[in-house]
Amino acid sequence: MARTLTDDQGIKRYLVNLKVNGDTHTVMVKGNALLVNVLREELDLTGTKKGCELGDCGSCTVLLDGKPVNSCLVLAVEAEGSEITTIEGVARNENLDKLQESFVNNAAIQCGYCTPGMVLSAKALLTRNPHPSETEVREAISGNLCRCTGYVNIVKAVLAAAEQE
Amino acid sequence: MSQEYAVIGKSVPRNDGWDKVTGKAKYTGDLKFPNLLVGKILTSPHAHARILSIDTSEAEKLPGVKAVITHEDVPSVKYGISPARWDENIFCIDKVRFVGDKVAAVAAVDEETVYKALKLIKVEYEVLPAVFDPFEAMREDAPLVQEEYPRNINTEIHQNFGDVDKAFAEAYYVRTDRFKGQRTYQSPIEPHSAISHWDRDKLTIYSSTQSPHYFQYYIAREFGLPMGSVRVLKTHIGGGFGGKLEPTGLEFAGAALSKLTGRPVRMFYDRHDMFAHNRGRHAQFMELKTGVDKDGKILAVHANFVMDGGAYTSLGVASAYYAGALLTIPYEFDNYKFDMFRVNTNLPACGAQRGHGHPQPRFAFESHLDNIAQELGIDPVEIRLRNARKSQTTTLNEFKVETCALTEALEKARDLSNWREKKGKLTSGRGIGIGVGSFVSGAGYPIYRTDLPQASAVIKVNEDGSEVTLYSGSVDIGQGSDTVLCQMAAEAMGYLYEKIRIVSADTELAPHDFGAYASRQTLMSGAAVKQAGEEVKAQLLEISAPGMGVTAEELDCREGIIFVKANPEISRTFGEVAREFFVKKGPLVGRGVYHVPKLGGKFKGAAVGTSPAYSFAAQIAEVNIDEETGEVKIEEVWDVHDCGKVINPALLHAQVHGAFYMGMGESVWEQVLFDDKGRIINANLAEYRLPTALDMPRFHSDLVDTIDPNGPWGVKEVGEGATTPVMGCISNAITDAIGVRINSLPLSYEKVWRAIQERKKNKSGE
Ligand code: FES
Ligand code: FES
Repeated sequence: MARTLTDDQGIKRYLVNLKVNGDTHTVMVKGNALLVNVLREELDLTGTKKGCELGDCGSCTVLLDGKPVNSCLVLAVEAEGSEITTIEGVARNENLDKLQESFVNNAAIQCGYCTPGMVLSAKALLTRNPHPSETEVREAISGNLCRCTGYVNIVKAVLAAAEQE
Repeated sequence: MSQEYAVIGKSVPRNDGWDKVTGKAKYTGDLKFPNLLVGKILTSPHAHARILSIDTSEAEKLPGVKAVITHEDVPSVKYGISPARWDENIFCIDKVRFVGDKVAAVAAVDEETVYKALKLIKVEYEVLPAVFDPFEAMREDAPLVQEEYPRNINTEIHQNFGDVDKAFAEAYYVRTDRFKGQRTYQSPIEPHSAISHWDRDKLTIYSSTQSPHYFQYYIAREFGLPMGSVRVLKTHIGGGFGGKLEPTGLEFAGAALSKLTGRPVRMFYDRHDMFAHNRGRHAQFMELKTGVDKDGKILAVHANFVMDGGAYTSLGVASAYYAGALLTIPYEFDNYKFDMFRVNTNLPACGAQRGHGHPQPRFAFESHLDNIAQELGIDPVEIRLRNARKSQTTTLNEFKVETCALTEALEKARDLSNWREKKGKLTSGRGIGIGVGSFVSGAGYPIYRTDLPQASAVIKVNEDGSEVTLYSGSVDIGQGSDTVLCQMAAEAMGYLYEKIRIVSADTELAPHDFGAYASRQTLMSGAAVKQAGEEVKAQLLEISAPGMGVTAEELDCREGIIFVKANPEISRTFGEVAREFFVKKGPLVGRGVYHVPKLGGKFKGAAVGTSPAYSFAAQIAEVNIDEETGEVKIEEVWDVHDCGKVINPALLHAQVHGAFYMGMGESVWEQVLFDDKGRIINANLAEYRLPTALDMPRFHSDLVDTIDPNGPWGVKEVGEGATTPVMGCISNAITDAIGVRINSLPLSYEKVWRAIQERKKNKSGE
């Protein structure tokens, strides 16, 4: 368990080591701090979005040891010891991941607010199932809501990226 | 050169794609400023109540709280869409009118403190009787939501064209149907937020807005500032669909809090606040009476509507007019009567949602027309073909339609979907249906009364000609206008798309444009951009002509090369000439401006529905109904659009996908529901039931070509019009599948199941 400190208002803070996109960050958080807020506010990784904070929209999706989770439903203290991947960790330097490239080339992005979560959910899918069927793609992103695209080009983009495997 | 155009007509990737797909793109809520405070609005828990007192003292004492404000701390000037109906205040003064009405606001050092402080504000209310149903609200004894609207009638419209009664008397068949729409909400995935910073005499607001200009106008007016002292801008915005078109309390309250504290303040809505602020689709009650001849040709229509407006006017006057005005567009007929009451209730205010006022009436009319076709034994596609509008016609309410390829769209949709093989021949539980739609390509008159031009643009060429910046007040809310306008600029200048940057949606850096609403930007902002690009090109040709031994008229420029038209071998580069221009004459700048020519008739409300050009669409859907459960599965959809010259096909089809998706949600699932106290019971995305990737059918988006002389290069709109055919189309397909018509939206599984039971009962009773 993480080391704790109690501040002068009597609130306990936890010293947490978060491994995000390969780097370890040490942060001091309250027990109720949500992973999404720590990523966005402490680490300035604002590519992880907040659309509902209720676990409904999927725009806060990050990968925890390769599995997609809604980071608005995860406490920062729970994430210690896991490999966290956010959208900022998907591209390597100036090179887009093939999924990202496929999103750009298939007009799968409109407002872009759902895009980080979509890419991460799709990435998790392709890692465990490199050649998914269309239905499997739809299922994999069914927890990610998009109000702009009707998912048509997102599904197309994921299938096109899978084809390049 | 082989092709007519070098840049437009191509599916270039959007210019913000890279930033969005890597997480770099900053939305308002992602921005950080030194010394930033967080703010939130306290809202009313009652649907209708008098405010007796507000005590903020406890909240103010909480450590970390920097300011608490109520109506006493802000201007009391009312705002709204038009002077006759300015009926909203920054904070309620004497009473609250719906659950969610704005009462006070807090700024503090962090979110946790803000929420604690909100709980410490003590408001004493005297609860008043509330009214939630527009028909009850119109009764003489109903409580008044707004004192200035007798019987709660916020907007009343009576329009009469031709001789409806005579036409009904002469008709072969006259039919009346009644339909009901529901309240829906835009539900962009990005919640609204605004960061306001009042720094000495300058107020800067970053906002998730569809129209920085409109916000600037109202914020300046509210605080008594010259417009130049208010800068409104957006970074990226996570969808709008009409819901981010008018200023919320966030901008007003944030500005006031920032002024008091001297610090930037970030205000935000959570998902529940968004539903409560609302400004979504009005629920409409629609009675349609139509007379036809024996071939199904429409002779006269009477549309008799009532809409629930919620507590305030919002953009609802326009919604009310649009509801009836646009019914005259897809089909040609001469006699029309339109009656409408927009009624205030103690529910959140409704406004402009994608298709503004029109999708529900279109649903009603398409359903109604199918009923008529069935009665007369005419095929639904055929009855639409017989009535379809033609190019170069004028509607009975005086909208000039220069181009219309609805006939071609209907034929193409019919053929692509194999309609003839399917209609009436599908197995039980399956159905096929058609709907049509159309929409304005920009409203003919501005959003508020002003003589400002609709759009303007400036193009500045870098000193060495290696890059170009386009400045446009237009607003990319995800639809891709930044990309499309750069394509247009490149085409008009003879330059390269990849080398154009855009500065948009910033009232300080970009020239005036009304923004993203009424599907206006491709045509209107595009016209200004085209002109600016042509001005740049003309200056370049002018300066390079003497050196090339020809006149400017003999030159052209394309993809960065200036060449002699008769002999393209003789050429110079754009960059070289641009540099020469700068050295000799200074900055190379092009300017463009777009005014809408005077449009429309002289009757009351004649302005609403006018537009330089109209889009048209025909859509066919195939559905599969589970007769045991009522579950609706939309299997496959064919959409054929007439939207003029297409600048970026990939972005255009993406608009159709998204518009269909929204219409589909409204057809089957989406509805904002209230308890008997006016509280929303499903103010979250799961229970409101936004459709997921599993709900989308196989979707085909196709086009018929037109070139509209009133749009730059012949463009028309697509973003909103594509929502208009959907509900009617799905309604007709479901009716075909189950053999019974359901007259109210959404066509939920439960209603479908009940309709099937009813049908079975009636059959066994026969
Ligand atoms: S913000 Fe986490 S699921 Fe919506
Ligand atoms: S692109 Fe806007 S929510 Fe998906």
